[in-house]
Amino acid sequence: MRLLGLKSFRHGVHPPEMKDETSGMAIRHFPFAPVLVVPLVQHIGKPAVPLVQEGQEVQRGQKIASPDGFMSVAMHAPASGVVRRIGLTPSILGRMVPGVFIEPFPGSTQEIMEGTPCAWETASKDEIIKAIQEAGVVGLGGAAFPTHVKLSIPTGKHVDTLILNGAECEPYLTTDHRVMLEQREDIYMGVRYLLKVTGAKRAILGIEANKPDAAEHMRAAIPSDLPLEVEVLEVKYPQGAEKMLITALLGREVPSGALPLDVNAVCINVATSAEIGRLLPRGRGIQERILTATGPAISDKGNYRVPIGTPLRFLLDHVGVDANVDRVFLGGPMMGQAASSLDISTTKGTSGVVAFTTTEAERTHRHVYPCIRCGYCVDACPMFLNPSQLGILALVEQHEQMAEEYNLMDCFECGSCSFVCPSHIPLVQHFRISKAAVRKAQAAARANGAPAAAPASGGGKGSEGGK
Amino acid sequence: MAAPKKTLEIRTSPHVLSGHSVDTIMFNVVLALLPATAFSVFAFGLPALLVLVVAVASCLFTERWLCRVAGRPSTLGDWSATITGLLYGLTLPPTLPLWMVAVGGVIAIALGKALFGGLGSNPFNPALVGRAVLQATFPVSMTTWMPAFDPERFSRIPGATLTFPFAEPIYDTVSGATPLALWKFKGETTDAMQLLTGWVSGSAGETSAVLILIGGIYLIVRNMMNWRIPVAILATVAALSAVLHLVDPAYPAPLFMLFSGGLMLGAMFMATDMVGSPMTTIGCVVYGVVIGVMVVVIRVWGGMPEGVMYAILLGNAISPLLDRWFRTKVYGVPRRARA
Repeated sequence: MRLLGLKSFRHGVHPPEMKDETSGMAIRHFPFAPVLVVPLVQHIGKPAVPLVQEGQEVQRGQKIASPDGFMSVAMHAPASGVVRRIGLTPSILGRMVPGVFIEPFPGSTQEIMEGTPCAWETASKDEIIKAIQEAGVVGLGGAAFPTHVKLSIPTGKHVDTLILNGAECEPYLTTDHRVMLEQREDIYMGVRYLLKVTGAKRAILGIEANKPDAAEHMRAAIPSDLPLEVEVLEVKYPQGAEKMLITALLGREVPSGALPLDVNAVCINVATSAEIGRLLPRGRGIQERILTATGPAISDKGNYRVPIGTPLRFLLDHVGVDANVDRVFLGGPMMGQAASSLDISTTKGTSGVVAFTTTEAERTHRHVYPCIRCGYCVDACPMFLNPSQLGILALVEQHEQMAEEYNLMDCFECGSCSFVCPSHIPLVQHFRISKAAVRKAQAAARANGAPAAAPASGGGKGSEGGK
Repeated sequence: MAAPKKTLEIRTSPHVLSGHSVDTIMFNVVLALLPATAFSVFAFGLPALLVLVVAVASCLFTERWLCRVAGRPSTLGDWSATITGLLYGLTLPPTLPLWMVAVGGVIAIALGKALFGGLGSNPFNPALVGRAVLQATFPVSMTTWMPAFDPERFSRIPGATLTFPFAEPIYDTVSGATPLALWKFKGETTDAMQLLTGWVSGSAGETSAVLILIGGIYLIVRNMMNWRIPVAILATVAALSAVLHLVDPAYPAPLFMLFSGGLMLGAMFMATDMVGSPMTTIGCVVYGVVIGVMVVVIRVWGGMPEGVMYAILLGNAISPLLDRWFRTKVYGVPRRARA
């Protein structure tokens, strides 16, 4: 649907954008940490299987782990150096995951290893999908869903439109913005691969109206062979959520529990497209990613090309952190996860590192009032759920009723309800717990051979999150 | 490494909030009511001031006292008891004996709100509960009005105001009649301009439609009030009374209906009470239409000249039902049968 000439979805919220401080800053290279820790699972799916041994020398860009099955991607060395250790390392979710510890060679030229190129003109669909998996490409918007899985169109499904997500609706983050300004040719190249794989006849790039320079830039040099359109979207969160973007651009509603494929669309982040276009022609793999380091507690704010596996401690140390730092989270403030340890490393899904001082952090320490049924959350929820009612049920742990009667599993945890709630009720936080409880109950029911208690549906699967 | 030595806070997203808060919303409602409150004191003088002070004080006292009895921290800081007290006071006749005002205030908070579990749990607007009890208990005092802009209003306190509790109030001033009562019982209509500016008899704070409207618009602009509710109520009243007036000019004209009695105050500040109104857009519109129809029905065919209070209480009663009936259509899910 259209609003004042801009495409958009209904409902949603308007958090302060906070992008001005970094949107004008060109992408800078980030130095290598003394030790880079590459987690073997940086995506949704199974961990990759390491191909290297402790003590082995690796070259930057060399494949160091192989995908374990279809729901897994390869990993590449972020730097030329020595594998010091293969062992457990903390992840953003608080779990320990296997990782490869690499000590970069000091003074090395750090040349990137070239692999077998995969040219879009000559490669078959299957070859491109394989190449994307081998390049270790995952959704760079934040959800880190393996891209090749999304692009494997099952027989019987048909894709007519490829949607490129350049909305970047999360406050503070400006990586996609910079990628569109600085890596236009890579994005175009990526679109060629993506169109070929999906069989889509056209591609639409959706950009929020707060990035007019990016929209202008992307529109200006579209190659004549590329059926690409650029659409400007209303600035509203979560405009970049997959379902919202599809509705805004195509007017199609993805059915509950279904994928964009079911409405003949595939949605890929612009940064993901840029990486495909940059890596595949040279047979390389992802060994770095662009992230925004920003927030009031960061001194040298900006957009950085950071080697995968850079420890958060090293990153913060390099950009400078205020003594009053109180909260650090990876991703934007609406869906980003707070870091539980500074020993976690940046991964392929880390779109931003935002640090708050005590001042900003305390703004979320608010007295919780009872629900006054103001309906703000109802008007905010992009899925048209009733967060107020769900919140009341969550308090008394009526998870099953939440799922069956109030469509809990359609919540994709964008956080708009918690953002607007004047009673400061932790709504989305309740829903995460309730969703986990419902999934557990469903799994238990399946294990007992009984039919699932609630319709298996909802976001998460194949979603690029709220970026 | 000189990385931070501080402990970092771990919280789940979102890490930013809109800044809206129950207390700021409620405080702004109080602010929005101030012009109408000031006008009521200006128009009715000392008795109105005393009624308002006693109304607010009795509500605040009851709220604080019940919190203490329940062993809970004070909830005065959320400003909702202040709103209840102020709204309740604004709906009362300025010459109402003060002890009655106090009784109604206690009832408003204790029976209208605390009994149900306090803020957020009350099905009915507490201010109207207090007023409804007084209306049923003291029908004469609740319908005895003083004329606006009485020359002695700032120098003399009417005898009725200071009536000893449970004694018969003695009205020693000239009494006025509200425009609705004039129409109902004498068939006289009042000029719309007079109604708009508040040059009429009535409850303390319901007489100046313009000032109430300004307060309401302030809240709507600040996104602290659902504009659909007052718009639906006022549009329904206007449309329905226009039809009646066209059929038979003996029925009052739409402008008279809109700006007389407690309609403006009720539509703007009482029907929009978040707790008692529906949450969904369609629910709010239906709620407004039901209230609007009831207002006209009671005023035109009912035994009483004014019907806004009962219309809103009825709206409050059906609002949970409206929320059930008019749910939003969930994204990606076909509209389901009504539960």
